[in-house]
Amino acid sequence: MPRQLEGSRAVAETVAACRPEVICAYPISPQTHIVEGLSRIVKAGELGSCEFLNVESEFGAMSACIGASAAGARTYTATASQGLLFMAEALYNASGLGLPIVMTVANRAIGAPINIWNDHSDAMSQRDSGWIQLYAESNQEAADLHVQAFRLAEQLSLPVMVCMDGFILTHAYERLEVPTAEQVAAYLPPFEPRQLLDPDEPMTIGAMVGPEAFTEVKYLMHAKQRMALDAIPLLADDFERAVGRRSGGLLRSYRCEDATTIVLALGSVLGTIEDVVDELRDEGVPIGAVGLKCFRPYPLEEVRAALAHAERVVVVEKAFAVGAGGIVGQNVRLALSGLPPQVHDVIAGLGGRPVTKASLRNLLDDALAGRLGREMTFLDLDRELVERELRRAGDLARPGPHAESILRQIGAVAAGPV
Amino acid sequence: MVTAAELLALAAFLEGRHAQAFPSFGSERTGAPVVSFCRIDEREIRVREPIAAPDALIVQDPTLLHQVDVFGGLVPDGTVLLNSSRTAEELGVGGIDARIVTAPATELARTHLGRPLPGPALLGAFAALTGAVSLQSVLEAVRDRFGGAAGEGNAAAAEAAHAFVLEAVAHA
Repeated sequence: MPRQLEGSRAVAETVAACRPEVICAYPISPQTHIVEGLSRIVKAGELGSCEFLNVESEFGAMSACIGASAAGARTYTATASQGLLFMAEALYNASGLGLPIVMTVANRAIGAPINIWNDHSDAMSQRDSGWIQLYAESNQEAADLHVQAFRLAEQLSLPVMVCMDGFILTHAYERLEVPTAEQVAAYLPPFEPRQLLDPDEPMTIGAMVGPEAFTEVKYLMHAKQRMALDAIPLLADDFERAVGRRSGGLLRSYRCEDATTIVLALGSVLGTIEDVVDELRDEGVPIGAVGLKCFRPYPLEEVRAALAHAERVVVVEKAFAVGAGGIVGQNVRLALSGLPPQVHDVIAGLGGRPVTKASLRNLLDDALAGRLGREMTFLDLDRELVERELRRAGDLARPGPHAESILRQIGAVAAGPV
Repeated sequence: MVTAAELLALAAFLEGRHAQAFPSFGSERTGAPVVSFCRIDEREIRVREPIAAPDALIVQDPTLLHQVDVFGGLVPDGTVLLNSSRTAEELGVGGIDARIVTAPATELARTHLGRPLPGPALLGAFAALTGAVSLQSVLEAVRDRFGGAAGEGNAAAAEAAHAFVLEAVAHA
């Protein structure tokens, strides 16, 4: 039954419907409402013996999750931004050990400069941590992906990150259906650990592996993550049969049939992009959109098949590799190597800057007119401001920090005398 | 204000429509100036940008009128609802292409709820002013959200504000 509720609340209720046995998290904006909601559900006794562990940090949270998961408990956590970075060492242990932990990342920028708003630089920084990464386009999909994530994680014995845009999704209050306990019970079988720390049958997990076998263990990790490429579409099909909604999968094409221009993106910006695609289609422009739902493992074949017929692909992404270029863009280029489409990297929505229909429309008009070059484009970049700051700094022996100077120049409230 | 936008979205939802409410992120400290948005549509809402050109604007704290450009972006001939026991003329608001109405939402909340929380009363007034949602939906949303005595008090404030605006508009 549809309800009107906050995205974070929907995720909390959905995770609860998955019957986790250990939830361990440290609060950080914009993830907070999710774990607060879960802590209330646990405290109310609705999850039986489920333990909600308060810890001293994100590093502690992930470490406790590793222990809980190795002991056979269905385990959940959530974080964002600097919190994800603080977990980094433990993230690699969770994936290297093959522990099926599910974690929500309420995507938020990474400082410095400190910024609490949305972009994808947190999740993208951990794209090679060995975790599966799923990206939600809407709050409905965010909720549904958590159910699929537990099944995927436990089926493959791998950890899964469900990425949802911080604030834009977590704090949006909208119409959606929370999967019911009955639907989840029918879809998600009880957790049968592939490896288990059990005092009655002692074993070790986490051996030191030297040069003689490290490559082989890592190869197996890669091979196992690639298995998710087969599993994810089947799990999405199964979910559709069980719940009656299409959510997840590797990617989704929107009005791409005869499209010569295709916009590819991850996450909640896809809704805005689809609105702009509709406008352009109404004007007769052959344009479509592709939503990448799974970034790790990277569905190279599916991306190639979805984009190969286009003349140009505009990759709109909310993070970039400083000094290099677009991250998703590079992956798209890899999928299209040797094929005709030209790939343009567009960096948008950094640190919470709204990605508006008007800006996207201008961008796509430029793309259609062949005005996007090979260099990456920063959407809505205030070039004049940047150049003014470079001129100012260039003349000074000790120019001081750019962040404070730029805030002063635009008269922002946060700017004070240094 | 965040709650008021959510209640408005809930009222629209209860009418079988699609609605999306979201705050201006990052400034959610109690007492800080906050902007919250609500979109209502007959079909699924996919767009995720802030509302730059609202059809209607509800100002909960009229002292902001002199600090922030609250009318920026309002569509021509848009609707403005101000929380005040004074008239728009007395507040010195004018010269914009909009229909401006005031309602004493904080006072009505104090009377009917016993607390100066104007959100639900403003939504009652807004329903009377625009018909974007019905009073019944607002009352149902308010009772659903607050429950019990708080629900009834807020609903009474919303009803009173609704009646106030109908009266004011009839005599305008």
